[in-house]
Amino acid sequence: MAQVTTAERKSIFSLFNLVALIVLGVGVYLTYLRFTGGLAAVTNLSDYNPWGLWISFDLLCGVALAAGGYVTSSAVYLFGMKKYHSAVRPAILTGFLGYALVFLAINYDVGRPWRLPYPLVVQQGTTSVLFEVGLCVATYLTILFIEFSPAAMEWLGLKRARNLVVKLTILLTIFGVVLSTMHQSSLGALFLIVPSKLHPLWYSPYIPVYFFVTSIIAGLSMVIFESTLSHRFFAHKMDETHHKEANGVTLGFGKAASYVLAGYFAIKVMGISADNHWHYLTTGYGIWYLVELLGFVALPSLLYAFGVRTKSLTLIKFTSVLAVLGVILNRFNVCLVAFNWHLPSSERYFPHWMEIGISVFIVMIGLVLYRFIVTRMPILYEHPDYKDAH
Amino acid sequence: MSISRRKFLGWVGAAGLSTTIGKSAAAATNKQFAGYPKSFAILHDVTLCVGCRSCEAACNTVNELPQPEKPFTDLSVLETKRRTTTTAFTVVNKYENPKGDQRPVFYKKQCNHCLEPACASACFVRAFTKTLTGAVTYDSSVCVGCRYCMVACPFEIPTYEYDQALTPRIRKCTMCHPRVVEGLLPGCVKACPMEALSFGKREDMIKIARERFRKYPDRYVDHIYGEYEMGGTSWLYISGTPFKELEMREDLGITPAPQLTAGALSSVPIIVGLWPALLAGIYAVSKRKEKIAQSEKEQALASAKERPDESEIEEES
Repeated sequence: MAQVTTAERKSIFSLFNLVALIVLGVGVYLTYLRFTGGLAAVTNLSDYNPWGLWISFDLLCGVALAAGGYVTSSAVYLFGMKKYHSAVRPAILTGFLGYALVFLAINYDVGRPWRLPYPLVVQQGTTSVLFEVGLCVATYLTILFIEFSPAAMEWLGLKRARNLVVKLTILLTIFGVVLSTMHQSSLGALFLIVPSKLHPLWYSPYIPVYFFVTSIIAGLSMVIFESTLSHRFFAHKMDETHHKEANGVTLGFGKAASYVLAGYFAIKVMGISADNHWHYLTTGYGIWYLVELLGFVALPSLLYAFGVRTKSLTLIKFTSVLAVLGVILNRFNVCLVAFNWHLPSSERYFPHWMEIGISVFIVMIGLVLYRFIVTRMPILYEHPDYKDAH
Repeated sequence: MSISRRKFLGWVGAAGLSTTIGKSAAAATNKQFAGYPKSFAILHDVTLCVGCRSCEAACNTVNELPQPEKPFTDLSVLETKRRTTTTAFTVVNKYENPKGDQRPVFYKKQCNHCLEPACASACFVRAFTKTLTGAVTYDSSVCVGCRYCMVACPFEIPTYEYDQALTPRIRKCTMCHPRVVEGLLPGCVKACPMEALSFGKREDMIKIARERFRKYPDRYVDHIYGEYEMGGTSWLYISGTPFKELEMREDLGITPAPQLTAGALSSVPIIVGLWPALLAGIYAVSKRKEKIAQSEKEQALASAKERPDESEIEEES
């Protein structure tokens, strides 16, 4: 099967190479502009809108969409769902790359990136939710790196170091879940301090819980989505186990995502009830809120359930895209659309094309790195020297 | 997918734990911070302000800010609504007097120097300090430039040097902290020709405000803006015009900003303490279940080997 598609794959990859080259070239130029002209040179940020696309997409969406790592590894290693084992390594890899890119993006956004260690080593602002986010993301990025390292060490032939790290799997997985629970929820908690700026439909004392639960949805859906893409482009790199388990992963994760989406829908409705914000639903923002809640939460929950019941992998894969878009929409709504809703439209924010350019540039770096790694390291297959070792 | 009862209970426990995030810890305390004792405040009597912009000029001088395009004597700038900027820590805005043909109302805007500042609470590197004098000061030598202070500020005051590539700072009113510790008045207070600004101990400023309400009840709205807003501020305002008409938000509430995030932060040690125990427990349960399944399988195999006839009979029947 792999041989038949080789020619097709080559042409796709050369097209990909061309696009990647253009995007990376533009990205390098925009990077130069950013670090010589300041944020004013490349962004539409203002004193009213201090956070834009790089926070809403690169940070908030980036961290949520990289949740597949902790979701998959805890399902397999802690909850004992061994049948999803072949999904762990790709999920850890995308998680690691995701967080690494979040860190890269943050360097563009903050004013003096070389001071990013200051909150840890110079003065600790422990009353800040952002301090917790920073601490957890930094630690978790390290954990993900260690979790990912066995694949690299198998590739490099570092047997002893690799075996040592594999022994730490359970400990690392537990650490990963603890840290993810904290910073996934804390990204939502960042907005607890702005009840006067965030629209009441999105502002809720439960917002940390919402962010944590949606990270699980994003994690599950991204595993399905990424597996779809990997099968399209890297099927030749997969071993028999991976191929055999893939449909089970899609069905199982689709089922789990359906449940979590249903639970999320329920707690969202509870949040509206607890604050008695029903009357906002008839306003323009209310309709937009309903689009998010019905179109990107309730609908994917039902479609996932239907897809699992009818064993329709196509439907589940389609739904995973819808669910991922739903999480992205939620982050955009909290950080951009419903934020500063009280301001006149002239003071509102819309990203500059160069901000979008940097975000695309960073995603492209991720794609290139992912391709570099899966074509070399044992991610989609088990290394022959380490069969059944984990 | 089969779920054992124990596993299910573990999951329910996990779900229950996650709901503890985000609950307000404010309810669990009876402490209330009413500001540092004997700290200073400035009372802005909006009814006395004539919009001469002397305070803006003084602010520009004492903070050594660049000269604006139009001089401070040019009052035409009052025709457009302005906000604080990196080069103007205070601005005076003009509003129609809703009482009809009387003269317009002027309101001076700058950092309110909250008793429990949102910016200081939000800063992950403690660049902001609520000083004993009442001023909220900023230290650019540690600032990373994340701008969470600007997101957090309910009054939308801090500004950022977006055009600085390598050394962007947050800029805002310092309540003239360097002058105050030397025993001098803040620049704007000293410059005001109408005594629309009064500087003194915060409790005295509140007393003066109440005294004016008592003496001239028809002149004022019976509310000291800043006495309780966002937990109280070191700038206080009294006005004859409802504050809403001056675009001052009356829906901010009286909860100090740090309390809004205290609950979420208080869940951190609980997650760190409980999650590992819970997850290790779930791991132990799933591992034990696997072990039992394995030994049952082995036993079944062993017994099948011992009595091959019986099993054959069973299969046939």
